[in-house]
Amino acid sequence: MLRLTSVEASYGPVKALRGVSLHVEEGEIVTLIGANGAGKSTTLEVISGLIRAGSGEILFDGEVATNWPPSQLVRAGMCHVPEGREVFGSMSVTDNLLLGAYARRGRKARSEVLDDMEQQFERFPVLAERRDQLATSLSGGEQQMLALARGLMSRPKLLMLDEPSLGLAPIIVQRFFAEIEALRNEGLTVLLVEQNARAALRIADRGYVLETGRIVLDGTARDLLENPEVRRAYLGKGYKEVWE
Amino acid sequence: MTSSQVWQLLISGLTIGGIYALIALGFSLIYNATNAINFAQGEFVMLGGMITAASSSAWDIPLWLAAVFAVVVTTLVGLLLDRAAIRPARNAGIVVVIIITIGASIFIRGLASIIWGPDERPVAAFSGDMPIRLWGGAIAPQSLWVLGTTLVIAVAMYVIFEYTIVGKAMRACAVNPHAARLCGIEMSRMITWSFVLAASIGAIAGIVLAPITMTQYTVGIMLGLKGFCAAVLGGLGSGLGGIAGGLILGVLESLGAGLISSQYKDAIAFIILIVMLLVRPRGIFGKPGGEW
Repeated sequence: MLRLTSVEASYGPVKALRGVSLHVEEGEIVTLIGANGAGKSTTLEVISGLIRAGSGEILFDGEVATNWPPSQLVRAGMCHVPEGREVFGSMSVTDNLLLGAYARRGRKARSEVLDDMEQQFERFPVLAERRDQLATSLSGGEQQMLALARGLMSRPKLLMLDEPSLGLAPIIVQRFFAEIEALRNEGLTVLLVEQNARAALRIADRGYVLETGRIVLDGTARDLLENPEVRRAYLGKGYKEVWE
Repeated sequence: MTSSQVWQLLISGLTIGGIYALIALGFSLIYNATNAINFAQGEFVMLGGMITAASSSAWDIPLWLAAVFAVVVTTLVGLLLDRAAIRPARNAGIVVVIIITIGASIFIRGLASIIWGPDERPVAAFSGDMPIRLWGGAIAPQSLWVLGTTLVIAVAMYVIFEYTIVGKAMRACAVNPHAARLCGIEMSRMITWSFVLAASIGAIAGIVLAPITMTQYTVGIMLGLKGFCAAVLGGLGSGLGGIAGGLILGVLESLGAGLISSQYKDAIAFIILIVMLLVRPRGIFGKPGGEW
């Protein structure tokens, strides 16, 4: 579904990615974990075309998609739910969802889009209750659901989520991650960027650990959960056993 | 000063205010899409009036046809401005874009003076010059054309931005360009749309105004600046603010000219601009984040 080969990217003179290679197979949940500033968000932004890749290659759904514009990637079935939700605050919930389907606009698509919107309302009943409210009036958890629902309106094959648990209560995070698992069971492929490594690794099939722009470790989620290095650095558990 | 004289001043103030409102809408449209001020907005107004005047007198075609022709040509100029000058500088920064629009306005004005010369040109009033008596004042039919046009365009803009997907996408770009791109919205296409709309609205303003004031290749300078004052007064980026700012500015200008001295007519707009920037820089209806 997605394959990065030695992808490099910079913000001006600062090199943010120093040769990242990873792959996500169809139907998988893959998580990318790492500390703040490791390059997790940058990786997603390069994949979704927001930042140019300086070198390397990105394959998406069988095509070389390096440095495609975001609009083309969205049409090809890629969806990136950005960090911090970034809903259109001064617009209604319904408008946010309609804009999520922007890439699908056309004569025949209209009724399909409305059907999809009802589907999202079924999936997230709280959004249905608030469909005419401004997005800014929603709680953090509701905004995260709206951001996800907006992304799903583009009918993606690959869903990329950037720090969806950020600033949410643990109970909401749990519910949100259960939703991601449900989506995978419906056939969606997921690339999940998280600082909450434990929650991410619990639902993921595989994971990559990113440190200062490089993949330093990868493996099945189970292996990573048990890896002493990962436990020490990212899970905050067993700190003592490792060091004593 | 009698009340009927004040009423008369109000009528002429609302008329010119309607024009300012339309110009302000053009500024806000492009500001929302690019965060830049398009100082060629006044030239769209000039082109609307001048092309109508020149083509109706040169080719002996009916006024409405000349007006349609003027809107089409001016819209193409707006499109060309975006494609040829703004788009290549997209990554160069806002100040560069603003300077390009200043250059474009000088260029368009120069071209207009070469093509049409320095003379003032008349355009016939759309439905005669017979004033309509109302509450002790006289309203020129053309004033009603101006106000009616302003109303129709305001409603059309509301419909576009509230009910069409392209309009919503343009708002989304103003609210959060980053998220808009992730929804697959092409910024450059939205910027093109904003130039097309701003140019056509500017041209229409110039056409309905021309019978009242005559038109000349230089009219765009002052009209553009007044429209900019109106946009800042109402809140740059706000559609409602642009309309309100235009009408308020027009009325204050007219009352000021009538009650104080017509010498200060142009100064009033700029005094209001300065006071507004000092007291409430986001304008009457302006919200941080640019919303209609």
